[in-house]
Formats: sequence, C-alpha cells, structure tokens
Amino acid sequence: MGVRIGGGQGFYGDTPRAVEGLLEAGVDYLCLEALAELTLAILQKDRQKDETRGYTKDLPAYLRAALPAVAAGRTKVITNAGGINPASAARAAIDTARELGLSGLTVATVLGDDLMPRLDELASATGLTHLESGAPYGEFPAPALFASAYLGARPIVEALAAGADVVITGRVADAALFLAPLVHEHGWAWDDWDRLAAGTLVGHLLECSGQSVGGNLSRDWWTIPRPWDLPYPIGEVEADGTTLITKPESSGGRVSFDTVRHQLLYEVHDPTAYLAPDVVADFTSAEFTDEGDDRVRVTGVRGQPATSTYKALLAHHAGWAGETRVAFSWPDAREKATATAAIFAERVRLAGLAVAEWCFELWGVDALGGPTVPPTTAEPPEVVLRAAWRCDDARTTALVGREMVPLTLSGPAAGMTGMGRGGSSPSELLGLWPTLIDKDLVDPRVTVAVETVR
Amino acid sequence: MTSRRLHDLGCGYRSGDKGDISNIALFADDTEVYELIRAAVTAERVKAHFAGLVHGPVERYEAPNVLALNFVLHDALGGGAPRSLRADNLGKTLGGALVRLEIEVPEHLAHREAPTPDVRWALTILDRLA
Repeated sequence: MGVRIGGGQGFYGDTPRAVEGLLEAGVDYLCLEALAELTLAILQKDRQKDETRGYTKDLPAYLRAALPAVAAGRTKVITNAGGINPASAARAAIDTARELGLSGLTVATVLGDDLMPRLDELASATGLTHLESGAPYGEFPAPALFASAYLGARPIVEALAAGADVVITGRVADAALFLAPLVHEHGWAWDDWDRLAAGTLVGHLLECSGQSVGGNLSRDWWTIPRPWDLPYPIGEVEADGTTLITKPESSGGRVSFDTVRHQLLYEVHDPTAYLAPDVVADFTSAEFTDEGDDRVRVTGVRGQPATSTYKALLAHHAGWAGETRVAFSWPDAREKATATAAIFAERVRLAGLAVAEWCFELWGVDALGGPTVPPTTAEPPEVVLRAAWRCDDARTTALVGREMVPLTLSGPAAGMTGMGRGGSSPSELLGLWPTLIDKDLVDPRVTVAVETVR
Repeated sequence: MTSRRLHDLGCGYRSGDKGDISNIALFADDTEVYELIRAAVTAERVKAHFAGLVHGPVERYEAPNVLALNFVLHDALGGGAPRSLRADNLGKTLGGALVRLEIEVPEHLAHREAPTPDVRWALTILDRLA
C-alpha cells in the first residue's frame, strides 16, 4: 500500500482552504512547505520588530484546518513554517491545538538550522565562501540578519519515530519535508540512493502546491478545469519509490505529463544532479507515464550519494528601496514616460538626494521583456512608468518619492495620472549570501524537542 | 529554411529564482521540435537574447526524459529577489521572454502558430458581474 502525501502549501501566503480538499481525498501526511529565500527575508523583518515572531503567521490558520483530522488519527502534519524561529512556531501550534480543545497531540520541533550564534566560528572552520561569486566570508557585509542551514529529512524521521503528530521545522530543504515520511513509513535506508532520490523528486513535484496541477502553466492554461478551485497535489508513493501523482477528484485543475514536467525543472540547475541534503537526485532518470484521469506515474528515479555539505543562506542589509508609478495615455505615451523618468531623476539630483541605484521600467513597452521585446513603431495606447530606487537610508528613500508628486502640475508632459496615493513607503533590501557548510559542523547541533499537548 | 518563434513551435516554459540566478525550462512537444531546439537554442544564443537584462554566463542542461532544455542564467535578477529593484524580482516572466526567440525551421513547420487563448468562460463570468 502506498503512502499518500499531500502538498498542502507552496509558499507563505498560500491558501489554507486547499487543505480541506486534500483531507477529504485522504492523505497520510500533509506537508506544508512555507519557505523561500524571499520568505526568510520577510520573516527576518518580523523578528526584528518582535523576537517572538520569525515564523509564518498563517501557521495557526493551516493548523485549524488540519488538526481535527490529525486528532482523529487520519493524517499528520509536517511543516517548515518555523522559518527562523521554530520554537515560537511550536508554541503557536500548541496554543492552536489547545484552542481547538485537542489535547494528546504530540508536537515535535526540529532545531539546529540556525547558524547565527556561531558564524565567526563556522567561517574559520568551513570558509562560508559565497557559492556563486566565490567571494570570501571576509567580504560579507556584516551583521548577518539570518543564517540558516538547509537541513535534510533525518531529524523529521526522528520526530516521527518519537510519535510526533505535528512536526515543525525551520529551514529544512523543501523536498526533505516530503521525503521524511516516506523514509519513516517504508523504512528506506540512508544509503538507498535510488529510493531517496525518488522521494526527493516526488517532494519537488509536490512542494509548490498548485504548480504541478495546472498552476503557472505556459500553454493551454485557459483549458484548465475550474481554475478558481485549483486543488493541491497528492503523491501516492510505493515502497520501491514508484509514485502516482494525482489530485483530489472533487476540485478543478489537471494532472498530466505536461503539468508535471513543468514542475520537474522549476528552480533546478543541473537536472542530472539535483543537490538535496540527503541524496543527489538525477531528475533526468525519471520516466513519466500519463495514465489519464489526472494520474501520472513516476518510475525509475536514480540517485547518487549525498554530498558532505549542506547549503546555507545568509542575509545582510543592502539599503532601502522606494518605488512609484505614474501612467500616461496616448498621444506620445512612451515619450512622455521616458521624459518624466529623466525629469524625476534630475529633480532628485537638484534636491541633493543621493540615489545609489535607479530602475526605470516602461509598463506597456518593455518593462518585463527588456531586450527580448522586438522593436516596434506602433504607438502604445498607454504606458505606466515604474520608477524604483535604492538609497542608503530610509529617510532619503522616502524624500526621493516625494519628488514625483509635484510633476502632477509641473511636469511638461500632459496627462500624467494613476499615481494613486503616492509612492510606497521605503522597504529594506536584503542581500543574499548562499554558501556551503560541512555537515559535521551542523549535525551535532540538530535536536528534536517533543511535547504533548495537555 | 524559414524562422519561427519558439512560442509558435509550441514550446512550453517555466522560470524560477535562486539568489541572483534564474533558470528557465524550455519544453518541446515532440522529438522533432526537441532536436530542433537542442541544435538551435544554445547557451550562447540565450545569452545574446537576454543581453542587457542578464549580465552573467548562461549554462544549458538537457532533460530528454521530458523533452526539455534547462537554462541557468547567472547575475540575472538585479541582485536576487530581496535585493532587486525590478518589478519582476523573481524572474517569473523570463520564460515567456525566452519563447520570443526565433529559430530556423524546416518548411513543414514554417506556418505553425501558437493558438489564441480561448477565454470565453472568463468573459461569461465577468459579464455576470457587470
């Protein structure tokens, strides 16, 4: 009998409503993948304001949808919603269970991904060289705002073995959330590379919720049944790693060879060597068989031994950003927008405001496609100028935005509109520093705390 | 020989981000189109297509099991999502920008065209709200 895993969340901001469909269809494990690089940055800003935050705020909403089924013994929840504060997330989970009157649930928390307290020690031991640029850690613009290692499935398996009904983690690699219950249920060995690769590939297919069942589709997207009721995906995984990808029948969406392969390569670099914490998976080894009726069979996945390192991600402050938008209509919309960008920048210069970086985009012309947009002499009926800028401090950033406002009356180009209530308030920019860290330096610090709700 | 856009040849795409790197998967529907794009859509070609937008090197990988090429574009997102000033800081639209690329095709593919999306169902819904 296969183990049924539901991908109940694809990012922070996803909808807990889709959980209902998965529980109705029946899943042994509900995996909620809440983190992206950008998410850690958002959570860091939360934690700066309140040190009890730093986990995804919608965790209680997801748990309210899922915990009754967990208490009834129908499913278990595994989530990395703990972000950069899994201990606080676990408190919130326990509080939610109490609110629902569900005593007896066991909540496990995986700790040890946070590298912040010992970055200098780690730098001398392992380098922390920038993975992309090769820059040495000495060039890291300290202080670090967060520093997390991407843990694998092992601590989650440990939590499940300890009887956890809900497992809360911090930065565990997305696909590892899904691999863990398969290792636990099927008893896969940690050197059974093909099985670990199969579980990782399935996790990758399920981790982005709607993206494997018809979401974000490049072709035929308009033919997806009831796209406003897109379900989330289910993987039914056999002990040999063979998997059926499917979806709850009652909802819209589609599972086909095409929807599944769209997800296969999402955010993947070398598909023959997908570097996961527990295995190096060869995504090109998988065979996909579209059996019809929203069922795609995955077979033959091969894997190689895991590397000796975890990926880690550090972030640092990188200045402040502001942005504003104004719209122009025909005639001469493009020229008016172009001129206004220049006039705005000159006004900012005259005001003595230091801008470290500008970004001007002409929406309706080439804002998104840039150099790939073919040149045209056609006159656009309207153009939106989006201006964004980076300054060293928040105050200057806000003052820059003010310089667009007087152009409502004093810009030479007639018909400027659409500014709404002015520019956005400044937001902090974060630079990312991806790196590798020896597992030996992380694993001894990884712990699993188990608590039963009373 | 004549040229067609990848979009008109029915190529699918999906793009995503990791740090300041964007990857774009490009899909073919049959082995003929797959072999065509494998020959024509080189890393160099893609690098030139995105000149000015993508500043670093471009690597290409093949995934023949799903008739796909995977392009990895470095220094592609204005510094990475939480650092970028771009509206599309995640590079979600770069896949669509890739299928603008035109490649040489044999005569029997010269008139292939991407279908126009049929969104009558959407208009029906919106009419109800009007």
